[in-house]
Amino acid sequence: MSPPAARPRTLFEKIWDNHVVHAEEGRQTILYIDLQLVHEVTSPQAFEGLRIAGRQVRRPERTVATADHNVPTTDRSLPIVDPISKQQIDTLEANCKEFGITYYGLGDQRQGIVHVMGPELGYTQPGMTIVCGDSHTSTHGAFGALAFGIGTSEVEHVLATQTLLQYKPKTLELRVDGQLGRGVTAKDLVLYLIGQITTDGGTGYCIEYTGEAVRGLTMENRMTVCNMSIEAGARAGMIAPDQTTFDYLKGRPYCPAGAAWDEAVATWRTLPTDEGATYDKSLVFDGADIAPQVTWGTNPGQVASVNATIPKPTDYADATDQKTTAQSLDYMGLVGGEAITDLKLDRVFIGSCTNARIEDLRAAAEVAKGRKVADTVHAMVVPGSGLVKQQAEKEGLHKIFTEAGFDWREAGCSMCLAMNPDKLAPGERCASTSNRNFEGRQGKGGRTHLVSPAMAAAAAVAGHFVDVRDFE
Amino acid sequence: MKSFTTHTGKVVAMDRANVDTDQIIPKQFLKRIERTGFGEFLFWDWIRNDDGTPNPDFELNKPEAAGATVLLARRNFGCGSSREHAPWALDDYGFRVIVAPSFADIFYNNCFKNGMLPIKLSEEQVEELFQRAAKYKGYQLTADLDSCTLSDEHGFSTSFEVEPFRRHCLLNGLDDIGLTLQHEDKIAAYEAAQAGA
Repeated sequence: MSPPAARPRTLFEKIWDNHVVHAEEGRQTILYIDLQLVHEVTSPQAFEGLRIAGRQVRRPERTVATADHNVPTTDRSLPIVDPISKQQIDTLEANCKEFGITYYGLGDQRQGIVHVMGPELGYTQPGMTIVCGDSHTSTHGAFGALAFGIGTSEVEHVLATQTLLQYKPKTLELRVDGQLGRGVTAKDLVLYLIGQITTDGGTGYCIEYTGEAVRGLTMENRMTVCNMSIEAGARAGMIAPDQTTFDYLKGRPYCPAGAAWDEAVATWRTLPTDEGATYDKSLVFDGADIAPQVTWGTNPGQVASVNATIPKPTDYADATDQKTTAQSLDYMGLVGGEAITDLKLDRVFIGSCTNARIEDLRAAAEVAKGRKVADTVHAMVVPGSGLVKQQAEKEGLHKIFTEAGFDWREAGCSMCLAMNPDKLAPGERCASTSNRNFEGRQGKGGRTHLVSPAMAAAAAVAGHFVDVRDFE
Repeated sequence: MKSFTTHTGKVVAMDRANVDTDQIIPKQFLKRIERTGFGEFLFWDWIRNDDGTPNPDFELNKPEAAGATVLLARRNFGCGSSREHAPWALDDYGFRVIVAPSFADIFYNNCFKNGMLPIKLSEEQVEELFQRAAKYKGYQLTADLDSCTLSDEHGFSTSFEVEPFRRHCLLNGLDDIGLTLQHEDKIAAYEAAQAGA
């Protein structure tokens, strides 16, 4: 007699089920964590907590650390000027040494933004549970992993127990049918989706991105999409692993090799959502509807097509939306009704865990090639990791950028959150490939518009936003 | 972990939606390696003018907000970064209860780890509280986690929902890591099974 057919499950449910250590009615599930990524900003208090309680790191080999948020992106041979930044970075190095954790420091070519570095080195793999004290951990979901950001108390919990207490989120399928048009990128896709479901439309959910337009994305593009899941409020975002995933991972330093590789791929092939499995909610979009996107407000859901005009508070019915729109426009130095392409820029930032991988830099370089940054604009490119920088220089991208007048920097989070010296001055308007346009995010009083790398490069050259599809 | 049973305190109403953790505690204060002392940096860019003087228009600077321990806000409070520095700063400033129609996931979770109670009510109920906060001088709310009720002295009373286990942990100030380590045998068994697979 054959066993009863298993209930069809989603990708999320399979990974969740595979990691349940202990589940009890009415309690949070104890979920096993395969990999914890650690950086300097959200970990010192967690290590201190371990020391105070006399606890060890349970599985140091499942923990990987780097310094990214707080590091200068200027010459690495010079000492760090800010003593408090230096202390935080030194503290991480000392903690890693004390607890036996692999640390990629500033002198290491492999150092970089934690969400660029993890996948690049092959730490990130399909089917894993991955956490980090950083909300953009959702990036790793691009590999068909369950990856999400946690607070420092939870960082300590994972260090001590290699598990996390979790309530099971609901599942939300965002299906994008058809193809993306010419000049429309993964960044535009995810900004469009956030605009559609709003900045808290994903709260309480784990998103799975499906559909032809998603399947057609490269791994790096998929990371851009999953990265911004948190900007829709979602716990995590994921894309089912497929041949694109396996091709990207094969041969990476921390991926299985030889027979173990074949075995791993065979297991990973069982992960995608089963036929007949259902999500708590499903929404369907058409890739052909998406134009290059530009955010105009102070949350990533306040976004419009580049060829649109900026909305006015009165365009909204809901009182809170009206007030929020008015507050956002006021901060952004806008009134509503302006054409996006009329917005003049002071700064351009190409970088961040959203858009600082090699394909992002290639896309920006293609636009910048043979052109000049407008006199009124200061533009900078910050590669996502030392390895991305190395590859870009091998391809001569740095020459294209510097000849066009872009500033070419060392790897780090840089002006995505402006924790290091890279920041906007009050009132400066910036086209940024990062993930958050919050007030003051890139510097107090700075005005951030989120765009794709190609759109950012085109804006740098034109001095104002332009539709990259018309950019000749 | 700090426990929470019941709290009565003055309300400050912050009529803003999507208050993100970058506003609650800007990045320049994340370089510290301690858990304490973040209160003085709370809402840094909103609380003061460019010249460093207090911004009189900001809700927390209004004379009637002095000593407030209950924060009332609009939807999606605490969105953005996972920084636990946000609840640390709110706690250190003196807040014990935050009431909003919805909270961002990570922030909501982080509050419980620090003995603070985030309470979700409907948009209508939150609007009602905003009106009451404007109407009554020195408006106070009482949050009782034991009975899961939020009430004032003027006839408002509602129940709120908290997951039973979270409520249990917060009422008793239980240490999550200690609780999990009671299941150490199960973690070890899981790891052994994985290694053998």
